[in-house]
Amino acid sequence: MQKQAIFQSRLLPFALVAPQLAIVLIFFYWPALQAVIQSFLLQDAFGLSTSFVWFDNYVELFGEPAYFEAIVRTFFFSFAIAVSSLSLALLLAVMADRPMRGGTLYRTLLIWPYAVAPPVVGVLWIFMLHPSLGVLSRYLRDMGVDWNPLLNGNQAATLVILAAAWKQVSYNFLFFLAGLQAIPRSVMEAAAIDGARPMRRFWTVTFPLLSPTIFFLLVINIVYAFFDTFGIIDTMTRGGPGTSTVTLVYKVYTEGLLGGNLGSSAAQSVILMVLVIVLTAIQFRFVERKVTY
Amino acid sequence: MVEQEGIRRYVAHIILWIGIAIVAFPVYIAIVASTQDNALIANGQMSLLPGGHFLEVYYQTIVVGTSGTTREPVGNMMLNSLIMAMLIAVGKIAISIISAYAIVYFRFPFRMAIFWIVFITLMLPVEVRIYPTYKIVADLHMLDSFAGLSLPLIASATATLLFRQFFMTVPDELLEASRIDGAGPLRFFWDTLLPLSRTNMAALFVILFILGWNQYLWPLLITTRDDMQTIQVGIRKMMTTNDALTEWPIVMATAVLAMLPPVFVVVAMQKLFVRGLVETEK
Repeated sequence: MQKQAIFQSRLLPFALVAPQLAIVLIFFYWPALQAVIQSFLLQDAFGLSTSFVWFDNYVELFGEPAYFEAIVRTFFFSFAIAVSSLSLALLLAVMADRPMRGGTLYRTLLIWPYAVAPPVVGVLWIFMLHPSLGVLSRYLRDMGVDWNPLLNGNQAATLVILAAAWKQVSYNFLFFLAGLQAIPRSVMEAAAIDGARPMRRFWTVTFPLLSPTIFFLLVINIVYAFFDTFGIIDTMTRGGPGTSTVTLVYKVYTEGLLGGNLGSSAAQSVILMVLVIVLTAIQFRFVERKVTY
Repeated sequence: MVEQEGIRRYVAHIILWIGIAIVAFPVYIAIVASTQDNALIANGQMSLLPGGHFLEVYYQTIVVGTSGTTREPVGNMMLNSLIMAMLIAVGKIAISIISAYAIVYFRFPFRMAIFWIVFITLMLPVEVRIYPTYKIVADLHMLDSFAGLSLPLIASATATLLFRQFFMTVPDELLEASRIDGAGPLRFFWDTLLPLSRTNMAALFVILFILGWNQYLWPLLITTRDDMQTIQVGIRKMMTTNDALTEWPIVMATAVLAMLPPVFVVVAMQKLFVRGLVETEK
């Protein structure tokens, strides 16, 4: 696609793209390239000499049980967060998608958590469910649950998933509502005339027509869970207890902070980059499909 | 539709209000906690109704800060966050709109190559290249500076793609008309294209401001001086001490203050927000 009406100038266009190009090259390509190069190098303990070791850093990384666990954990968190927030958001969107009084009020009251930063989400949830002073922990204990997310790994993981899903509901709700409103009313009416009850109409008409939106949101939610859970985890559990809430991004962060093995840290970054590129590619393929759906 | 809608409608309203309650509950608790006495909270005796320490807690939070952990008034942290968010939003819009203009309205060598170089950045958030980027910023002596906080976060293509898409829909006749009026490329950009892009810029600004204000990992790494802390980093540092020493009312007041600007933006500029959100995800 190109414009027919254009301007002629030799230098001006370069001057106009220069700022963005400079920033992208310095703060994006250069560091990304450094990460790739570093991931093939091995530094000795004193940082005095480096040697080229091909894929040794990667091989070593995948041999590490802790790394493998972090991969599995990250994907598990991502799916759990995506599925729980998508289902709640879909339920709410279906309920809000009828011409009823207070429609915009409902939307306003449901979308604002999008604006809450991940570290704040972490603070809010750990405060509610803190083992000794949390408001909700009292009730859990009264119900006989031995609740202590600071000591119990599974409970800590549950807390991270709940908090992240809570934040994500608003975003999904907004997109589901838009998706539902794009479904022509005539289709629903036709199904109703054919005698399909509301539940049946939902599963046979609405849900299939909504599937592109669902798939799109699934990918977005997984990417969100990869990165934005960092803030939640960091203020809530610091990856603990033990390593039960350490995700891939959290691992890169903590190991880099300790200094230590540059090659391994770089290899972890490169693996993350590849994962995100794959997810984005899936999303782009899907966007093309949506056009012809 | 065909069925009786009466009962269904009530059910829908009830489910929606339950949803709203779930969504609002954690924030309600935070607001309540920020008005209570620390000793009461630390004992697990917190009341579910607002207490009487509202003014006292917020005054201390904004003007003084915690006594133990951060020693930095939250008012200052908010100012830092505001400056960073504005630099990211305005900076990104500014560099993106001019480069999109060049790519759409000019033919020049490497035009498509430059477009792709920018386009690829769409895929990788700063988190995946965090330490190499840290090293560059350190080498450029930008640690603990607003340039270091904002520049690496400006390096992404979303806004460029958005403006390119929009410029493609602007009718060619406009350019021809202003050329007949004797306008050069800069005049056309300033007098015609920029006013037409206003809504797009505003929608983008809303989204970028929220994203900028909510940045966490990057500021956490590159700010070491207390007076450069953003509010998101500050709140985490308030929680580092032993749980028994955490000053919960102040932590919760900080959480409320950290939420206030972006939530206000979402609610007050809902139309622009929704538009920006849908367009940046396309």
